[in-house]
Amino acid sequence: MRDRERLVEVRDLRMRYGATDVLDGVSFGVRRGEVVCLLGANGAGKTTTIEILEGFRARSAGEVSVLGADPATAGDRWRAGLGIVLQSWRDHARWSPRALLAHLGDYYRPYSTPDRSRPYDVDELLAMVGLDGLATRKIGTLSGGQRRRLDVAIGIVGRPELLILDEPTAGFDPEARRDFHDLVHRLTDLEDTTVLLTTHDLAEAEKLADRILILSGGRIVADGSADQLARDLGREAQIRWSLDGTHYVHAAEDATAFVRQLLAEHGDAVGDLEVRRATLEDTYLAMVHRDESTPSGAGEGERPLEVVA
Amino acid sequence: MNPVAHAVRVGLRRGWTEFVLGLRSGQDQGYYLFVGLGVLAYLWINRTGEVEGTDLLYPTVALPSILGGFLVFGMVIGPAFALVMEKEDGTLLRAKATPHGLVGYVTGQVVYHSLSILPLLLVILVPSALLFDDAVRLGAADWLLLVPLGLLAMVAALPVGLVLGAVVPNTQKMGTYGFFPVIALFTISGIFFPMQVLWQWVQVVAQVFPMYWTGLAMRSVFLPDSAAALEITGTWRTVETFAVLGAWAVVGLLVATVVLRRMARRQSGSAVKGARERAGQFVR
Repeated sequence: MRDRERLVEVRDLRMRYGATDVLDGVSFGVRRGEVVCLLGANGAGKTTTIEILEGFRARSAGEVSVLGADPATAGDRWRAGLGIVLQSWRDHARWSPRALLAHLGDYYRPYSTPDRSRPYDVDELLAMVGLDGLATRKIGTLSGGQRRRLDVAIGIVGRPELLILDEPTAGFDPEARRDFHDLVHRLTDLEDTTVLLTTHDLAEAEKLADRILILSGGRIVADGSADQLARDLGREAQIRWSLDGTHYVHAAEDATAFVRQLLAEHGDAVGDLEVRRATLEDTYLAMVHRDESTPSGAGEGERPLEVVA
Repeated sequence: MNPVAHAVRVGLRRGWTEFVLGLRSGQDQGYYLFVGLGVLAYLWINRTGEVEGTDLLYPTVALPSILGGFLVFGMVIGPAFALVMEKEDGTLLRAKATPHGLVGYVTGQVVYHSLSILPLLLVILVPSALLFDDAVRLGAADWLLLVPLGLLAMVAALPVGLVLGAVVPNTQKMGTYGFFPVIALFTISGIFFPMQVLWQWVQVVAQVFPMYWTGLAMRSVFLPDSAAALEITGTWRTVETFAVLGAWAVVGLLVATVVLRRMARRQSGSAVKGARERAGQFVR
């Protein structure tokens, strides 16, 4: 096993629906043992990317390799190495968690190897996701959070090399969220599982990921650890001021020069001046805002804020 | 270990588990009870009627036809509804995400719905045998014919259910494209009354579908040979029965394979989510 082996390799991935480019040249890689977060606003193309990697969706163009094979043509042996947790399941309501895990785990038996025994022991797995007390309950009677934990257990029952999760913590309360984060850490530390997950929550990405990829406008606009991104994207400063009763905000790399010019131009009419270095969150929110409103057109100049009475 | 053969074995166990879970669920118990009581009540009301041209009582003649009707009904509507629902709730996608999971899933469906015929047989046959004289009178030779005919009838009907389930987009539409056509066939296929009273063209339509032939097959097993006089040609047409049901089985299985593959290709997380949102709009 090479140390920095790439389990996922995506180059210039494009996806077009009709006349819209959902993915417009996405490139990234995931190395063995990493936890990578694909971060982006709703509709940024996260799910589309994930589904292409899972082999559930045909791409328009580009090169994709997952676990050394092209997902579009890879067979069931390939699938046995991949764990998938999708958004909002509600299947097998009559089954019990134990029966369902035992059943689904059974499919992985032919793919067991000496250094990766498949499937997981069901009781071990139930304990790992904190469902050991509910092993024989009907799945239909589980709460939303319990249900999601079962989904994660099903995702890893085949002891996957790569686990892909789509918005795994959507609808979690803070405690369930923390439990989930612990579980992901445990998987990567103890089980040699590489994790790729999507989220639109920056705080979650910062907490979980070795590396964050920000997907915006159909491209990867940032790729690095949370610290790196804060340094790279946080270069800009935000300047707020008021002029004749209207509040303004502007982002500039050289805040000093901007303020000097602003004061030279308007002098005493400028009030409420405030200069702040943009945090990663500011930058991300600005991207989300841009993605969710009309793309481009909105210039980079001063935007009047709403006037506070 | 051949992975495909292994998946088939996993699917066999899946079908058995589904069957046992079904037996324990109020929903399935309710269905069996409803069918059992309904059939019994219907036959009881008509228990003294003698069928014209024979010395047989109405329940004797109607019972095998009803049995055939429910066999086809169960094998078509059961898988059709299951598939449509499991496309929506993510069961199918789960199978797709598992190595050879779809092989196991389809195997499980076949096993589950085939086994579900047994309780149905039980609730229809046992009370009738106790309540109506001569209604269930089977010799060893009859059983020898009943088993292959019953299995063939099941294999002929099941692909229709699978194809319906694969093609029909949601449970709401299943009423229109699945349930009502089958009920219509139930009515015109000589189950409750001899089909000769219907117009000629309706008789022709009915004889295209497996429902009529399954009813005929059941009558040929359960009734004395003299009762063949009630049939369209005055015979049991056993050869034709095997031919028609066999043709449905072969063509059905071929079509089902193609259609199920196509359906599986289209399954994805966003497809399931989309289906759920459309279903949600309906409920709201």
